[in-house]
This record gives sequence, structure tokens and C-alpha cells, in this order.
Amino acid sequence: MSMPLASVAQLGARTLAGIAASGDFLLLGVETARALVRPRFPWRDALVQFDALAVRSTPIVVITAVFTGMVLALQAAFALTRFGAKPYVGSIVGLSIVRELGPVLAALMVGGRVGAGIASELGSMAVTEQVDAIRAMGADPAQKLALPRVLATTIGLPLLTFFAIVLGVAGGMFVADLQFAIAPSFYRQTVVSSVELGDFFSGVLKTVFFGWWIGMVGAFVGLRTTGGTAGVGQATTRAVVVSSIGVLISDFFLTKLFMLLPAEQLLNRALEALR
Amino acid sequence: MTSEHPAASPATPAIELRGLVKSFRGKAVLRGVDLAIGAGRTTVILGGSGSGKSVCMKHMIGLLRADAGEIRVLGRDVTQFSERAWVAVRRDFGMVFQSAALFDSLPVYENIAYPLREHEDWEEARIAERVAWCLGAVGLAGLEKLLPAELSGGMRKRVGVARAIALGPRIILYDEPTTGLDPANSRRIGELIQRLQRELGVTSVVVTHDLELAFGIADRIALLKDGRIAVEGAAREIRAEAPAALREFMEGDEPAPAPAGAPPP
Repeated sequence: MSMPLASVAQLGARTLAGIAASGDFLLLGVETARALVRPRFPWRDALVQFDALAVRSTPIVVITAVFTGMVLALQAAFALTRFGAKPYVGSIVGLSIVRELGPVLAALMVGGRVGAGIASELGSMAVTEQVDAIRAMGADPAQKLALPRVLATTIGLPLLTFFAIVLGVAGGMFVADLQFAIAPSFYRQTVVSSVELGDFFSGVLKTVFFGWWIGMVGAFVGLRTTGGTAGVGQATTRAVVVSSIGVLISDFFLTKLFMLLPAEQLLNRALEALR
Repeated sequence: MTSEHPAASPATPAIELRGLVKSFRGKAVLRGVDLAIGAGRTTVILGGSGSGKSVCMKHMIGLLRADAGEIRVLGRDVTQFSERAWVAVRRDFGMVFQSAALFDSLPVYENIAYPLREHEDWEEARIAERVAWCLGAVGLAGLEKLLPAELSGGMRKRVGVARAIALGPRIILYDEPTTGLDPANSRRIGELIQRLQRELGVTSVVVTHDLELAFGIADRIALLKDGRIAVEGAAREIRAEAPAALREFMEGDEPAPAPAGAPPP
């Protein structure tokens, strides 16, 4: 085969493999969702995974959020001072953290830590035949391995994002007070007046998808691992790359979707009516 | 070889493979395997490294899907079975993996209890009793609390056997049971396979390249070569009638490396 023809063939083969992999990914998603209602729900594993994947991700998410809030306040005050708009630091920090940085940074940190962890654990199990052993015993790897992990990340990430938002905004408040003499009470007031509940929900709701995605990618890549320890290494890298890129790309479209849907406005109106 | 001696052939086969074909990434591994595994017997599938004998075994329990051919287990045609349909079939199986494939995050007790928790609704006391019985059967009584990492290679294999017999299977598959074991442990595994076959009346299928083990335990031997069963028959007959094939197997297909001579300066 000539060189250009060979590369076309290779491209074709890769495309086909990509399509097949997407199909398998969806299939695992369906199997995992079905396993949710099947008997013998793996309660113990789900709790263990929630602790390992969500609870133990708290420090990394907290540190990321606090320092992001702090540096954001620093930068915002620095820029806003030029326009004499320094008092609006709270609004800028609040809106950025609540709508965008809290959810996405939490997802990226969790995706790195947890996505890699899931892929390497399940990858090691796959190459040492433990996944085959589960199947050979008449059990379902989607229920025993994927479900507890996907559930932990899907429920855990929104909770972590909530912490990230609160602590990120608090970090900003700390810097605003110490460096720019903006009183905490005033900062709080600017945050509350500019951030609406709809902003908060649009931020946190995105992370339900991010969490599902991170868990699914880790489980999918891990369960398909072949090729011994080198394969486990590759699977781990792939899981982190795919989950992070997926978070960033889907973030744009989810944000756009939330803006298009009247959900945000409806929610705000409903809440006002309640008051 | 068997068709001429119907009296010597086993009754209804427990597992039947007909024209089994499987390739990976375009490379043919099985090119039409025909094999009947007699019920209540020990059948050994011999073959060199990479001959596809483990691949052949994984088709028997549905871990791999055939490209072509037919698979029958205990009289049922399972060739087109979905993963869910296989669950019921696999309840009749125990499989001992080459690397033992114990769950390394779980202690020995939970490893053996795993299939019980999956298929039975037993109380903990009954599970504990069965786990103790399984461990006793493989000569490892009292090791419930240890983690797989705390066991030697031979002990891990035997825990793998204990897990395989937990549900009282009708068929036990052993994938390279003596690989990586010293001669004493290999012998012990061989004796264990024989004893379980005798006491539990199970059908045993053993995949190995260990000739000593094969002739020590086999009722029947099948030699896998170039993706097909080259020779199949009673162990005695194979030893007497097919020495050429066996010699070829022992010497391997690949030419020995030429003497290296003195290293370059």
C-alpha cells in the first residue's frame, strides 16, 4: 500500500474503533443504570467508594477553591481599582466562582484524582483476570464495579462543588478584607445582591453530569484495559485526559443550554413567589 | 480414536465445542476446534504457550465470544447466549484462573463468600460454615482472615480452588493450575484436582503445558496445535499411540537459538 493510502486506511480504522468504543461506552452506561434497580444492590461497595472517591477528595477541592477565590479577589480588585470599581470585587468573585470556577475546578480536580484512581484500580483488576473472575462467578462487573463508583462521583461531585463555592467565596472575602480593606459585611452584601439562586443551581447542576462522566470514563477505560502494567499506566493517563477534556467541552454546552432553557428564570420566579 | 471404542467413550458430554473459530486483531488463534468433554471425567487440554488453550477454555464459560462454531454446555446450545443468559449457566461452573485472580482488596473469607453472596440468600453463619468447608477441602483451614497478598503463590491457587467449589459446581475449569509453582506445590495441586474430581464427582477441564501434571491426573488428553485439536484420546492411549505428537510438543515449534559464541569485544 502506498503511504497516503495507508494513512487513509489507518484513519478509517481509527474512526471505526472510535465509533465502536462510543457504542461500548453507551452500553456500559445503560448496564450501569439498569444495575441501579437490579436486586443485590452493592450497598457496602457504594459506601466504601463514596468515602474513597468523594469524602477523601474534600481536601484537594477545598484547597483549590480557597486559593482560587483568593487569587480571583486579588486580580479583580487589581483590575477594578483602575476603573474606580473596587467595591464590586464581591460581585465578580461571587459570580465567577458560583457559575463557573467552583463547578469546573472541582470537576477537574476530582477528575484528575478520582478518574485516575478508578481507571488504575479497575485496570489492574482487568489485567489480573479479577474482572473475568467476577463474570465467571455469574456476577456483573457493571453492577459490582462500575455502579458504586459512578454513583459515588455523581452524588459526590455536586456536594464537593457546594463546599468549593462557599469556601472559594470566603477565600475572596479574606483577601478583600486584608488587602483592600473591603469590609466582610459589605463583601457579603455584594455577593448576595449579585448572585441569584438560579446562578447557583446552574453551577451545581452541571456537576451532576460532570460527576457521572468522570465515574463512567474511569470505569469504562479501566474495565477495557489490556496489556499488563504498561496497559494500566496508559489507561490511567487516558482516563484523566478524556474526563478533563469532556468536562471542559460539555461545560460550554451545558452553560449554553441552561441559558437557553427558561429553567433558570422559572426557578428564580418560583423562589420569589415563595417569598 | 474414540469412535472405534464406543464403550470407552464417556456418556453425554458436559461440554461440546464444534468448529470453534476465534481470532484477535486478524490473527487466527482457534481455527476450528472440535472437542467433547466427558461428564465426570478429567480432561486435560495440552498445548504450548500461545497455542490458544486458555482462549479455548474461556469460550466454555462465555468469557469470550466465538467468531464461528458451536458451544454446548450440559446439553444446552449456549453459542448465542447474552451475558445475562450466561449467568444461569455459570452457576454450574467453578473456574480457577492462572493468576488465581483473587480480589486483593478482600480477605480470603470474602473471596470465597463472593459467589455465595451473589447466588444464595444464606445467613452469615451458613456462609461461614461453607467457607470453612471449602478451605478445609483445599487444606487451608483457618486462613479466613488473611489477605491474598499475605499468601504464597501455591496457597493463592488453592484459595482460588476453594472459591471455585463454593457453589458446588458440576464443572470446574482450571487454567494453567501449576504455572509459577515449584514441583512440590504443583504435585499438591495435581492431587487436589484428582481428589475433588473423585469426592465431588465433578467434570474437570484442565488447561496446561505441564506434561507431568497432565499424565498424573487426566482421564483424557487433547493436544491443541495450530488452532486445532491435533490428537485426542484416553491418557493411556495417547502415551502409547502418539509419542511423536507428544515429542513434538515437548520440543516445541520454534528452533533452538544458535550458540551465541564469545561476546563481542
